[in-house]
Amino acid sequence: MTAQPITSPRPAADGAGEALLSVRDLTVTFGRGRKAFRAVDGVDFDVYPGQTVGLVGESGCGKSVTSLAIMGLLPGRGNTVGGRVTFAGEDLLSMPADQLRDRRGRDVAMIFQDPLSSLNPVVPLGVQVAEVIERHKGRNRSDAQQEAAAMLKKVGIPDPDRRLKEYPHQLSGGMRQRALIAMALACEPRLLIADEPTTALDVTIQAQILALLKELVSESGTALIMITHDLGVVAGLCDEVNVLYAGRIVERAQRHDLFATPRHPYTGGLLASIPRLHEERGRRLTPVPGSVSDNIPWEQGCAFAPRCANAVDVCRQQTPTLVPDRDAVGDDRLLRCHNPLTANPVDDTPTVEEDAR
Amino acid sequence: MLRFIVRRSLQALLALFVLSVLLFAWLRSLPGGVVSALLGERGTPENAAALRSALGLDDPLYVQYWRFLQRALRGDFGVSNGVFRGEPALDVFFQRLPATVELSIFAMILALTLAIPLGYVAARRRGGPLDTGSVVFSLVGVAVPVFFLAYVLKYVFAVQLGWLPPSGRQTVGINATHITNMYVLDGILTREWDAAWDAFKHLLLPALALASIPFAIIFRITRAAVIDVMEEDYVRTARAKGLTPRVIRVRHIMRNALIPVVTVVGLQIGALLAGAVLTEKVFAFQGIGQALAIGFERRDYPVLQVLIMMAALIYILVNLLVDIAYAVIDPRVRTK
Ligand SMILES: Nc1ncnc2c1ncn2[C@@H]1O[C@H](COP(=O)(O)OP(=O)(O)OP(=O)(O)O)[C@@H](O)[C@H]1O
Ligand SMILES: [Mg+2]
Repeated sequence: MTAQPITSPRPAADGAGEALLSVRDLTVTFGRGRKAFRAVDGVDFDVYPGQTVGLVGESGCGKSVTSLAIMGLLPGRGNTVGGRVTFAGEDLLSMPADQLRDRRGRDVAMIFQDPLSSLNPVVPLGVQVAEVIERHKGRNRSDAQQEAAAMLKKVGIPDPDRRLKEYPHQLSGGMRQRALIAMALACEPRLLIADEPTTALDVTIQAQILALLKELVSESGTALIMITHDLGVVAGLCDEVNVLYAGRIVERAQRHDLFATPRHPYTGGLLASIPRLHEERGRRLTPVPGSVSDNIPWEQGCAFAPRCANAVDVCRQQTPTLVPDRDAVGDDRLLRCHNPLTANPVDDTPTVEEDAR
Repeated sequence: MLRFIVRRSLQALLALFVLSVLLFAWLRSLPGGVVSALLGERGTPENAAALRSALGLDDPLYVQYWRFLQRALRGDFGVSNGVFRGEPALDVFFQRLPATVELSIFAMILALTLAIPLGYVAARRRGGPLDTGSVVFSLVGVAVPVFFLAYVLKYVFAVQLGWLPPSGRQTVGINATHITNMYVLDGILTREWDAAWDAFKHLLLPALALASIPFAIIFRITRAAVIDVMEEDYVRTARAKGLTPRVIRVRHIMRNALIPVVTVVGLQIGALLAGAVLTEKVFAFQGIGQALAIGFERRDYPVLQVLIMMAALIYILVNLLVDIAYAVIDPRVRTK
């Protein structure tokens, strides 16, 4: 396969400006001593203003823990966080709690996976949206309620004045997620972290919510970290994609490059498991074989080796490092693999992106 | 909401009716019975038989019940044949009600104001010394029988230390005006501060004894509820919004954690009435509980009947209020 130069669309600020969020060597360990377990293991990435960065990997690879560590929302007890998280030049991990509270909800906001359990069941929706406006914009209750209504309208909730008085259980799943988006964007944050915002919703609603997020984020210039286990979600949304496996980044590339030439066998597996519209009937999706429980520790080699069709002897003997990958299409690619893919396992790449849109 | 209240009231009426039948049958099946209680030592078989027929006790039970029901609906529950001899049984109830209400409310306030904050703090410092200490303390609280605790409190603080009066509701001979017959409240209303303080001192020990079980149970429920709620996703959402700790505590944690607490408070009203019988007896506190204990010793059926029925009515009403309170805090119940 001859590498044809693809000019990947990079966000305007990238390269020129400074990173809005910069995560360096982020490590989260649960427990101590012999039982210690590293859920996130030396993760590095940057997010530039207005950029959308994907964090992709299957269940348990440390996506949520990464985002909670950035927000300072881990339970606090029973875990240790190492590394540096710099937001607009300030280190979030060492920041005093009250200063961090001033940032959360105003500069960095987050939306979560399960919209029902993420909303307080006994507080009217209006109060839940307005409280973040009151807190960070210093509005009084009634002004905040008005802004809340405007915000609900903006995220596509009809009849917002009535909805403000309602409780979460009176809304549909899609409405609830819209309400959470309204809360998160109410103070025009510079960074939004979306942790699997569509996983709990059915397929048609998923597409609507993704479209809404995309529209709001590009309109306001908010940077977005999109966390998902579904590369299909990434396809329509992200500029840059980080693939996470067992707490470490195994591949990073611009979205086009990643879809055109996945290099890590795990990325290849994820790509092959995206459902496609033009699929012949009866062909089953090919999920990545095996499960996380087959992993070997990173210290002994590549954690993915036991599940990897490309695995060779060295994969079980030597820990691969994340290094620039110059053999593939695209710039600035990073790869952690001894024996990468050379051909795309999926041949209908372009339709993947179209379907997801 | 209205339909809910009407439906619950009908259920309450039905429950009261069933209770009155059971109570009627049970009281009349007790050994000894009213006749020997009335006649005492003088009872001969002849005048016992005469009294039985005079009281209509030879009629079948359902005829007796029907008679009872007809009178009861007119507010006539008969006349006491025990220590309150000659007084209408219902009057005994109303005379004694304020004392028990005052005692129970004060005990409940004590229990709630101590148990809820302590439960919250213990949950936040789970596993710490304060948490462990108060959990052990609350276990002791439920395990110690109320009357035993009442005796211990009385012995230590009244008899040995002499800090508080050992019995009664008010110092004999004190000059006090009575409006509601809740003596502390009366003292406050009339600004007779000495009388209020005196009544308060009489109230404190019985209330402490009575509060022990509700305190222990409310503490444990609050603690467990706060621990559960703190792990809820919506609390994480609230923290992600950068809300202040106070707003998170009040609006997001406590509002949810109080839902099970409200239910338990309702259930505790029954335990409170049961505890009042024992506490009032120990402290000779002239409330319904003491009257009930005396009524039992003397087989004073009219008094027993009215006291138990009214206690049941209060219990049912309080539970109705609790259900309404529940619907007010939890919109999922209200809007179903
Ligand atoms: N509080 C915790 N205590 C101990 N281990 C935890 C805790 N939270 C997460 N973990 C572990 O950390 C690992 C990563 O969890 P994380 O929630 O980040 O996964 P994820 O990638 O978000 O998965 P999913 O797609 O299921 O949300 C998992 O193995 C999980 O068991
Ligand atoms: Mg997750």
